[in-house]
Amino acid sequence: MSVKTIAGVEVNVSEEGYLENMSQWNEEIAKEIASELGIELTPKHFELINYLRKKTADKEALTIRSVGKSGIVDVKGLYELFPKGPLKFSSKIAGIPKPTSCI
Amino acid sequence: MKQLLILGAGTAGTMMSNHLLPKLNKNEWQITIVDQYKTHYYQPGFLFLPFDIYTENQVKKVGKKFIQKDVNYIQKKIEKIIPKENKVELEDETLNYDILIIATGSKIAPEETEGLIGPLWKKDIFDFYTYEGSLALRNKLRNWEGGKLVIHITEMPIKCPVAPLEFAFLADTYFREKGMRDKVEITYVTPLTGAFTKPTCSNALAYLLKEKNIHMESDFAIEHVDNDSKEIVDFEDRRIPFDLLVTIPTNMGDDVIAKSGLGDDLNFIPTDHNTLQSKAHENIFVIGDATNVPASKAGSVAHFQAETLTDNILLYMDGNPLKKEFDGHANCFIETGNNKALLIDFNYVTEPVHGNFPFAKIGPLKLLKESVFNHWGKLAFRWIYWNMLLKGIAIPFVHRNMSFKGKVFDIKSDKN
Repeated sequence: MSVKTIAGVEVNVSEEGYLENMSQWNEEIAKEIASELGIELTPKHFELINYLRKKTADKEALTIRSVGKSGIVDVKGLYELFPKGPLKFSSKIAGIPKPTSCI
Repeated sequence: MKQLLILGAGTAGTMMSNHLLPKLNKNEWQITIVDQYKTHYYQPGFLFLPFDIYTENQVKKVGKKFIQKDVNYIQKKIEKIIPKENKVELEDETLNYDILIIATGSKIAPEETEGLIGPLWKKDIFDFYTYEGSLALRNKLRNWEGGKLVIHITEMPIKCPVAPLEFAFLADTYFREKGMRDKVEITYVTPLTGAFTKPTCSNALAYLLKEKNIHMESDFAIEHVDNDSKEIVDFEDRRIPFDLLVTIPTNMGDDVIAKSGLGDDLNFIPTDHNTLQSKAHENIFVIGDATNVPASKAGSVAHFQAETLTDNILLYMDGNPLKKEFDGHANCFIETGNNKALLIDFNYVTEPVHGNFPFAKIGPLKLLKESVFNHWGKLAFRWIYWNMLLKGIAIPFVHRNMSFKGKVFDIKSDKN
């Protein structure tokens, strides 16, 4: 764990740059992480990001399938918003932990 | 007479019946367990069956052998759970319950992916998460002449999340021993960021893929299987060609959970992470693969859950508050080929650690490190499963909650 300044705010991040504490997140931080990933955030992105944050706060596991059924985007749409790594990039931008398996 | 009803006589259901029977007053409580299938499979054996390491008879027994005679064992199909009326409909009768334990497990759902059950299914596309699939794959491998072997995970969560990786490792050994490793290209395809998603593990284990010459394709969420070109295709039209596809299809909870309106999108039941009580109904408890708790779907997890759940059922019967005890503890052997294995020990919040198990400093098993001892441990576990685990006999020195003695937490990732 290390401390990094993103959008002028000091936040705790994992070795791979995921926020360790989702309450340190704000929209400016999201925009800055997104721009590092080459993604410009639109209102649709934020709608999805808020959905992911709510699910995480409720301790629900995130899957591509559940996002596809969120009513916000289908899976194809998710890829369009976050190309090349929909769950990992959206999680990083949303300030929530990286989806992992047991090892 | 009060009724304690268990749905499912797999690993978790059988254990619950055996744990609870000696603890309940026989004049007050009747235990009933329902499962339509007669055979109890040793599911970890499905990993070994394709490589002729286990035989058919080593992975299956008659389920009835493991249910005690004082338990009412009903072999019928479950049609619907009706929580409002405390009833369960079977194919030709209806059961009432005071307490319900749902242990209906998870199953593969290949129909969820377009093109998976097509002309190539069971010809060049196989699963090994079912007895039939694993056996068909064994017969295929015995005569296969080589080519592109693709091992593929459709989506998470899956039962025994490390099994696909173990399959890749064992395949490397299998083809080498057959003298045909140079004819086989092994590719591991995952929807996650890699074979190892936790820093401790990627640091300690990334060498395995290189050593065994296994190619990696990450962040791949399958959209369909192209049966004509023999490729798996993702949502961005990334295509991975195969000659032999070993896939782990979507895993889902039982259909009866969906029919009863008790599950999430994957038919897993919202369950309290620490007490194992269902979130929607206080007299319904859930165990094993049927829950939505973010622990591994594995027999060891069901084993640790069973100990907590047994205590909680007894507390509930007496009107006492439940223990918030289950910590997501899992303890799994991971075969790495060449007669070696790893052992991992972790829970909801703690990543797999280094150290010794079960005794600090002594072991004899090493955590997160390849050893021949661990491989023997995995093979010995089949005996433990049939003779101790299912019968509810505690495994000596292995505690339901994760122990932090003799474990090392200072592992740093290479990325630092």
